[in-house]
Amino acid sequence: LRRNKIDEELFEELEEILISADVGVSTTMELVDRLRQEVKERKIQDPAELQPLMSEILLEMMKTDDVTPSLAMNNEGLTVILFVGVNGVGKTTTIGKLAHKLKSQGKKVVLAAGDTFRAGAIEQLETWGERVGVDVIKHQAGADPAAVVYDGIQAAKSRGADVLLCDTAGRLHSKVNLMEELKKVYRVVQREVPGAPHEVLLVLDATTGQNALQQAKTFSQAVNVSGIVLTKLDGTAKGGIVIAIRNELDLPVKWVGLGEKMEDLQEFDAEQFVHGLFGQSRLMEEAE
Amino acid sequence: MAFEGLSERLQAALQKLRGKGKVTEADVKAAMREVRLALLEADVNFKVVKEFVDRVRERAVGQEVLKSLTPGQQVIKVVNEELTRLMGGEQSKLTFAQRPPTVIMMVGLQGAGKTTTTGKLARLLKKQNRKPLLVAGDVYRPAAIRQLQVLGEQVGVPVFSMGDKESPVRIAAEGVARAKEEGCDVVLIDTAGRLHVDEAMMEELRKIREEVQPHEILLVVDAMTGQDAVNVAENFHRELGLTGVVLTKLDGDTRGGAALSVKAVTDCPIKFVGMGEKLDSLEPFHPERMASRILGM
Ligand SMILES: Nc1nc2c(ncn2[C@@H]2O[C@H](COP(=O)(O)OP(=O)(O)OP(=O)(O)O)[C@@H](O)[C@H]2O)c(=O)[nH]1
Ligand SMILES: Nc1nc2c(ncn2[C@@H]2O[C@H](COP(=O)(O)OP(=O)(O)OP(=O)(O)O)[C@@H](O)[C@H]2O)c(=O)[nH]1
Ligand SMILES: [K+]
Ligand SMILES: [Mg+2]
Ligand SMILES: [Mg+2]
Repeated sequence: LRRNKIDEELFEELEEILISADVGVSTTMELVDRLRQEVKERKIQDPAELQPLMSEILLEMMKTDDVTPSLAMNNEGLTVILFVGVNGVGKTTTIGKLAHKLKSQGKKVVLAAGDTFRAGAIEQLETWGERVGVDVIKHQAGADPAAVVYDGIQAAKSRGADVLLCDTAGRLHSKVNLMEELKKVYRVVQREVPGAPHEVLLVLDATTGQNALQQAKTFSQAVNVSGIVLTKLDGTAKGGIVIAIRNELDLPVKWVGLGEKMEDLQEFDAEQFVHGLFGQSRLMEEAE
Repeated sequence: MAFEGLSERLQAALQKLRGKGKVTEADVKAAMREVRLALLEADVNFKVVKEFVDRVRERAVGQEVLKSLTPGQQVIKVVNEELTRLMGGEQSKLTFAQRPPTVIMMVGLQGAGKTTTTGKLARLLKKQNRKPLLVAGDVYRPAAIRQLQVLGEQVGVPVFSMGDKESPVRIAAEGVARAKEEGCDVVLIDTAGRLHVDEAMMEELRKIREEVQPHEILLVVDAMTGQDAVNVAENFHRELGLTGVVLTKLDGDTRGGAALSVKAVTDCPIKFVGMGEKLDSLEPFHPERMASRILGM
């Protein structure tokens, strides 16, 4: 049924779409208020224009400016990239995928097995190393992660590698001692390579709800996160929490994970993301 | 503590009603608006929230409540009752087979905590003087078998594996056969993480179920899951007929609202909660205690 006027119900429907995409209550309210204002200012009356207008607002917000690359590279030597995040979000897998991408661009890549805690974590990264065809620097299970990363840097330098991707153990941001351990890894990287780490990528699982905002806040405070990898977008979750994160912390999404295979990593495309938010919603159909 | 944020918000919303001599419909409405926000911010699915709030409102504006001597308290009581109901009432334990072995299948999305929970559960069962066998049914994830073997070693429980070249259906069947041979009385089958919308992978789980006729099919859910929890739980339940849920990563500061959503859409009890990465951090779930704790009663 096509509606012929913009009413409160329509705004509420939009609110529901955003909330069900995990955008969160306060960011949703803020967005819908902005929409109301735009509608008023632009004197919009056709309900079919509402959703596109909302998309426009979101797109403006989520777009990365042209100077922010999907991966900041060090042109003078070794680029070091640190992967951080809570348990099970997809850090190790993303490293495998990114290594594949970089290697196919002709870069020499080395991986550091900085998760010495989780059962099988080192072997998991080694398997990825074999799959992609890149070296993995590792210690024994239980070793000091900072020491592994230190060795990773030395090995990468001596082998003339272009990029070192450092895995770290999953940790809940609320665990102070584990966050301290991560800071130590960060400091080692800072000390050993001037200007490094060139990226600290926070990996977020798209199925995560409002807690992701807290994750972003706490990890940013600890290790100066430079961007987000949003994984598992191949499911039905929309990952709308990154909108709240962008809104509150101005952290850009740089990559998205779309599966478990080597090829399933893409640069973030704001347009596609926003389109996905409205997916099969009725408002979308009305607009089309 | 998980649920803490939710607890604070809910209590604040209801505080205004507490000890009030007279409560109007408008008071209830205002409080319910706050309750709605608190639940949404805790990631309870918005449809579940809507139903919850409607139910409470309907019950609360009834004559018995508003005309009672302590209307504020009565409204809070209604919220508590409905919250407990949403969480599943009584504590629910594992079902064991009359004739062992009991077969338990662990299923869920990628990274939810299935393999770790399998190890934790083995430890718990062993402490109860049972003889578990772990079956390495994830042939896809790099080093998944190795992960389970390490966990098995850590808790002192044998792991059955056929490598990663056999089908998980065959591995599960052979695993159960091995348990019978060796006199193991519980078989815990770890399966690969999969998306609930992945037809082929869901079909594989159905085949395993047909093959081994499990007594328990436990959906492992990350407590940090957002609004999508209902889609996931609904699909897994429809495809497999779940018998219970394990909620993991509750040791963080998540508000854990997904728990309420999952329970609401599957009506399956939450049987355990994971409270850490270590193998001793699996606890039974007590719905009524949790509801009371959330409301600070
Ligand atoms: N469907 C899907 N699955 C993914 C994606 N990225 C990772 N996974 C899966 O998610 C699970 C967890 O991935 P890992 O890479 O081990 O995650 P992690 O963050 O390293 O986990 P921990 O080290 O235990 O904290 C694995 O089963 C991966 O195959 C994705 O983009 N889509
Ligand atoms: N903090 C915390 N971490 C947990 C808990 N349960 C599991 N984990 C961690 O979550 C991550 C993923 O756990 P796994 O057991 O590998 O998850 P999975 O569901 O088997 O993953 P896939 O096999 O890739 O689908 C690991 O880092 C675990 O240590 C928990 O209760 N609390
Ligand atoms: K997860
Ligand atoms: Mg990892
Ligand atoms: Mg697993």
